[in-house]
Amino acid sequence: MELVMELLNVDNITMKFGGLTAVSNFKLKVVPGELIGLIGPNGAGKTTVFNIITGIYTPTINQIYFQSQNITGIKPDKIAKAGIARTFQNIRLLENLTVIDNVMVGFHLHLQSNLVSAILRLPGYAREEESIYHKSMELLEKVELEKYKLEKAGSLPYGQQRKLEIVRALATGPKLLLLDEPAAGMNPQETKELMSFIQKIQNDFDLTIFLIEHDMKVVMGICRRILVMDYGVTIAEGNPLEIQNNPEVIKAYLGVDANDA
Amino acid sequence: MKKQNEKIFTILALIVLGVLVYLAENNLDAYKLRILNLGAIYATLGVSLNLIYGFTGQFSLGHAGFMAIGAYVTALLVLPPYYKEMIFILEPLVWPFTVMHTPFIVALFLSGLFAAIAALLIGLPVLRLKGDYLGIATLGFAEIIRIIANNIPQVTNGALGIKGIPEFTNLWWTIGVAVFTIYIIKGLISSSYGRALMAIRENEIAAEVIGVNLTYHKVMSFTISAFFAGVAGGLFACLLTTIDPKAFMFVMTFNILIVVVLGGLGSITGTVLAAFLFNYSLEYLRPIEAGFNIGPIIIPAIPGLRMVTFSALLLIVILYKQKGLLGGVEFSWKGLFRFIHKIFSNEKSSEGSSK
Repeated sequence: MELVMELLNVDNITMKFGGLTAVSNFKLKVVPGELIGLIGPNGAGKTTVFNIITGIYTPTINQIYFQSQNITGIKPDKIAKAGIARTFQNIRLLENLTVIDNVMVGFHLHLQSNLVSAILRLPGYAREEESIYHKSMELLEKVELEKYKLEKAGSLPYGQQRKLEIVRALATGPKLLLLDEPAAGMNPQETKELMSFIQKIQNDFDLTIFLIEHDMKVVMGICRRILVMDYGVTIAEGNPLEIQNNPEVIKAYLGVDANDA
Repeated sequence: MKKQNEKIFTILALIVLGVLVYLAENNLDAYKLRILNLGAIYATLGVSLNLIYGFTGQFSLGHAGFMAIGAYVTALLVLPPYYKEMIFILEPLVWPFTVMHTPFIVALFLSGLFAAIAALLIGLPVLRLKGDYLGIATLGFAEIIRIIANNIPQVTNGALGIKGIPEFTNLWWTIGVAVFTIYIIKGLISSSYGRALMAIRENEIAAEVIGVNLTYHKVMSFTISAFFAGVAGGLFACLLTTIDPKAFMFVMTFNILIVVVLGGLGSITGTVLAAFLFNYSLEYLRPIEAGFNIGPIIIPAIPGLRMVTFSALLLIVILYKQKGLLGGVEFSWKGLFRFIHKIFSNEKSSEGSSK
């Protein structure tokens, strides 16, 4: 286990907003190929952890390493380029752009052609654009959204928007994918589909996935390692069985009366 | 429709446009030509403002400033040295400008270049701001440029302005520059870089986490936008033949903004259409300032009444057609043929039913 180089190393970070400590002493080492879940009551600081990892916030104390490279304080677009992609709890699509454009934007960070050749549509750029288009279509076919390719992203039904956001994240070619409540607002059938979809993309794209989720079925069903946060503090870590039986977790997350249920 | 065919149609359309320009240049009087020239210059300005505001979503009000830079650069470069010596009566012109003399096309290019450099310098700090704050900062920049122009008579001849600029601008130049601007900006926004710009407009945070470098793309869009505003400023100087700082007050930016909003944010076709419509209606509404009667009511001559009327018209458009005249529809050959086909098949079916 020690020989495997960790993909992500969040080294004991603390994030303060003025007098409020949103996240304190959060540490996490992620090995390639893992599927980790992060749970906790509302306001526990889960999304803040995501925002710190993707560079939207810079932690107040300590550092984050991705593939042994210090990414603390680096801008979000550089972090995306390094190989971390994410989705948002409240979906953030480019609503007035078409579905296909939403995916094609994801490939922009790997574009080789310079501005001039893009404006003048020189052959080199035209080839690249063509290949971006085909790769985007392939991704859309995986989630059966190809028939909506010319629809505006904002006009899609909610479930499809979630899928499109995940596909857009995949377009950036990530090694680590952060999913912020992917099952929010989905019915049990959709949730079930989502679970197999997450496992499928993990295999197909050779991904490491770190997800926040409120739906216990999802977390317990697909994550082999789970972290629990409450009031910015990590209160437990372990496999689903350990977490389910951890009195600390039951108290914080499920309420004191959980034993009666 | 095949790409190859579209290219042929575009070339044919350009030839037709060339013939029209030729006919206009030879048959229309100076007044009508002036309106068309202004229309084409506004089209250039509008399309360039649309790039930064409509496509990138950055509310910039600095266009009058970039125009001013372009206008002064062109004026100083195309005027012959002996003439410059003559008109700079407040303070003598400083050295490099006294001897510089370039052809019109070089002057236009340098106008754009200087405006672009100014945009680069101002854009790097200012484009960190968002929304109204950016609008105010860029507005401030345009005012600073105007006040500088007023206060360095060694270069700009101060408030007297520069007179007797050769009238190089004609329809060939204005339409030519407009077509070139549209070609470049259309090429930009339909490329991967353009998608990145629109991603910034739609959702900055989303754009950033999918790898769009905000600073680079915003500054790039702002600089290209300013380049064309500078070139348009050069054309403007050589159309009016006289420029002074007052020509580049906030009203100038506001006029361009009207054109962009009227035509539709993010619609190049709409902007071009609105540019000509704006200049034409400004002239068309001129008679109402002379005073007229509505039945027994006598309306006296009120200078500025056409601007009031125009503002009211603008209000109506904005109230009832928020997306602008064309509603965000962009011209394409495919769309045109589909439209013609629709009309044609409608006629056929109505003929059929009447029998």
